[in-house]
Amino acid sequence: MSKSIRIRKGLDIRLKGEAEKVLIQAEPAKVVAIKPTDFHGLTPKVLVRPGDQVKAGTALFADKYNDRILFTSPVSGEVADVVRGEKRKVMEVRILADAETRYDEIGAGDPSTMNRETIIQKLLKSGVWPLLRQRPFDLVANPATEPKAIFVSCVDTNPLAPDLDYVVRNNGEDFQTGLNALGKLTKGKVHIVVSSKTSAREFLDAKNVVRETLDGPHPAGNVGVQIHHIAPINKGELVWVAGVQDVLMIGRLFRTGKYDATRVVAVTGSEAKNPKYIRTIIGAPVKDLIGPVGPEVRIISGNVLTGERVTADGSLGFYHTQITLLPEGDKPKFFLTDGWASLGYDKFSANRSFPTWLMPGKKYAPDTNQNGEERAFVMTGQYDAVFPFDIYPVHLLKAILANDIDQMEKLGLYEVAPEDFALCEFVCTSKINSQSIVREGLDVLKKETT
Amino acid sequence: MKALRSLVDGIKPTFAKGGKLEKLHWVFDGLESFLFTPGHATEKGAHIRDSIDLKRTMSIVITALIPCLLFGMWNVGHQHYLALGELVGAGDGFWDKFLFGAIKVLPIVVVSYGVGLGIEFLFCSFKGHPIQEGYLVSGMLIPLVMPVDTPLWMVAIGAAFAVVIGKEVFGGTGMNIVNVALTARAFLFFAYPTMMSGDKVWVNTSVEAGQQVVDGFSGATSLGLAATGHADKVVSLMDSFWGIEAGSIGETSAFACLIGALVLLVTGIGSWRIMLSVFLGGLAMSAIFNAVGPGLNNDYMQIPMLHQLMLGGFFFGLVFMATDPVTAAQTDTGKWIYGFLIGFMAILVRVVNPAYPEGMMLAILFMNVMAPLIDHYVVQANIKRRAKRMSLQTA
Repeated sequence: MSKSIRIRKGLDIRLKGEAEKVLIQAEPAKVVAIKPTDFHGLTPKVLVRPGDQVKAGTALFADKYNDRILFTSPVSGEVADVVRGEKRKVMEVRILADAETRYDEIGAGDPSTMNRETIIQKLLKSGVWPLLRQRPFDLVANPATEPKAIFVSCVDTNPLAPDLDYVVRNNGEDFQTGLNALGKLTKGKVHIVVSSKTSAREFLDAKNVVRETLDGPHPAGNVGVQIHHIAPINKGELVWVAGVQDVLMIGRLFRTGKYDATRVVAVTGSEAKNPKYIRTIIGAPVKDLIGPVGPEVRIISGNVLTGERVTADGSLGFYHTQITLLPEGDKPKFFLTDGWASLGYDKFSANRSFPTWLMPGKKYAPDTNQNGEERAFVMTGQYDAVFPFDIYPVHLLKAILANDIDQMEKLGLYEVAPEDFALCEFVCTSKINSQSIVREGLDVLKKETT
Repeated sequence: MKALRSLVDGIKPTFAKGGKLEKLHWVFDGLESFLFTPGHATEKGAHIRDSIDLKRTMSIVITALIPCLLFGMWNVGHQHYLALGELVGAGDGFWDKFLFGAIKVLPIVVVSYGVGLGIEFLFCSFKGHPIQEGYLVSGMLIPLVMPVDTPLWMVAIGAAFAVVIGKEVFGGTGMNIVNVALTARAFLFFAYPTMMSGDKVWVNTSVEAGQQVVDGFSGATSLGLAATGHADKVVSLMDSFWGIEAGSIGETSAFACLIGALVLLVTGIGSWRIMLSVFLGGLAMSAIFNAVGPGLNNDYMQIPMLHQLMLGGFFFGLVFMATDPVTAAQTDTGKWIYGFLIGFMAILVRVVNPAYPEGMMLAILFMNVMAPLIDHYVVQANIKRRAKRMSLQTA
């Protein structure tokens, strides 16, 4: 019962600086940082103090309103600092790493022989749990609930995204073990969604799952799009999602009994001196991965559409498997040579007033300039062309802006996450920040329904 | 560039808060952002943004209007000399005609932009928001839908009315309900009917100053002739295609409109759905008239379909007015319905209602008002689909 779906709406943003398929082992990180801000809506309860000794897998903070959900240290060592921002908001917890990592023992075992509660216990205790996220609302999954299905997207179509076929290679056992664990968490199905071009045996031979193929331009790899086309979310339903590397981490937990926070990260972007894949851990300092860069470069933990801007002293985000380096675009552009009236042969655009569409293979190195000022909605049909949902994106955004909760529900807010609007935000002539509008809408809806 | 940039940076403090010309801050900002795309780096959300912005979008529409403007200038001259019985061949005296037309048309363009932008600047300074690009296109559309004899003061009043009542009261660019340029035209049409219709205003002659018009010269547009029972006197199909006929400055040439349409369609800035559906709607109504015309013994109804569409402002409205994204339907399905009804009603009003020789303006304005309703039902259908899916799931 494997489905094959092709979507036509979307846009592949062609950027320079794809990672070469060479895997480098990063130097062991000396300081790592775990950021509560990586988890939207989390109010952290910090469980450690500076000077405390922790092991890999020791809880650093918990969700104040659901204290079973723990966020743990990826390394062993000493808590160096709990960094606070405005209003004493916890920004990050820093740990000075030991030379040799010591692990909290969680206990290995075959998840297929365990019951649901034991698996949940292990995932929670180890700190792997927050890798599972739920739709609707795009938040960390709640262990007290049970989803109707679990989705694992096995293709990343974001600009310069890591090739998951490459990442999963030779990790078949971890992947299968992880899937087996997920299978115990739902009475429904575990769906893995692949591209028809995949040749990875790890995906094609996966057992105890339903495999679907979904092809097309970005956002074909977005799990929200896949859910929408395979098992759409109705009001009151829950779906959990995890990425391929998250499944690998879950698999490793059960195979080794340890919290092994290893991530393979693609370093990408036109400003990356050495675009390659690097094996590191969650929370590693970005400068270990990219080398020294100046202020003229924007460092993004994640991809250009949904990633988080970090400073040169920043660290890799909890969910991120990619770092993108772009030229900063904070200089004015003269309208004839570089700005709105220029010919624009070196500018990527979804709009055909730029010659981009005549050069289908060309790759671009855009900067982070907004390329115009924010305006009211003027153009129509732009969002629809890159939004492969049976949802009217502009009407949904307007319902959110008008704070019309009833209408948000009816128009399908349960089915989308901010990342699904990233392309709308990219193509928008009026430069409207739709991702943050969607996030606001989800927050309001969540508050209203719980 | 650097010199210009440092000049701009040099005078910037004068217009900043606390500067001498603080009140003109938004005007300065508008001009500065015209010259230089601001150095705003993305703060939240996607880190890179498409290179398209509203300034480029609007300038493409203006580019698309240039063929209509240039042809309109020539045609104003041509119609003038035709009335006097001089240079009657279409190929004769190109520059004479073009210059004559330019001298008549350019002041109208200047007044339209001057008044419209002036009011826009005033509003922006008063309300403290940045100057938006909407009027760049409206300012060009307004002159093109005026008869050449429209006095400049009327152009000024029309532009002022359109900007204030058509747009700014709703909140500016992107917020208006009906097309701004058509608001100007409709206002003048109803306020000064004798100067916006009839047979005196379309061709510039100065009979009072002693110019002699040729015998049999009427000065009426083809539609005006047809409406008064002279359907046999309308210009030929080819003349109406090229636009060699009396009419508003920019509307006569279907050919020039089609060049504009090409620009809008290639760049994707004009909606092909709307253009095609307006055309089909017009064709459908003309076909119905063609079918019933002989029985009713109505000559006007019997004008062949394509010829009917070439006359008057049908193509101009189709390409430049119906496609205005702010006032058109927003959903794809809605665009088909919206466009079809515009074409359908434009021909209906034109042929059946003797009070309005051209139906395009009224059809578009009417559908502008109806567009949100069409969208509402399209969106409701989507909502029902989702509700049905949910009931299937839970059943």
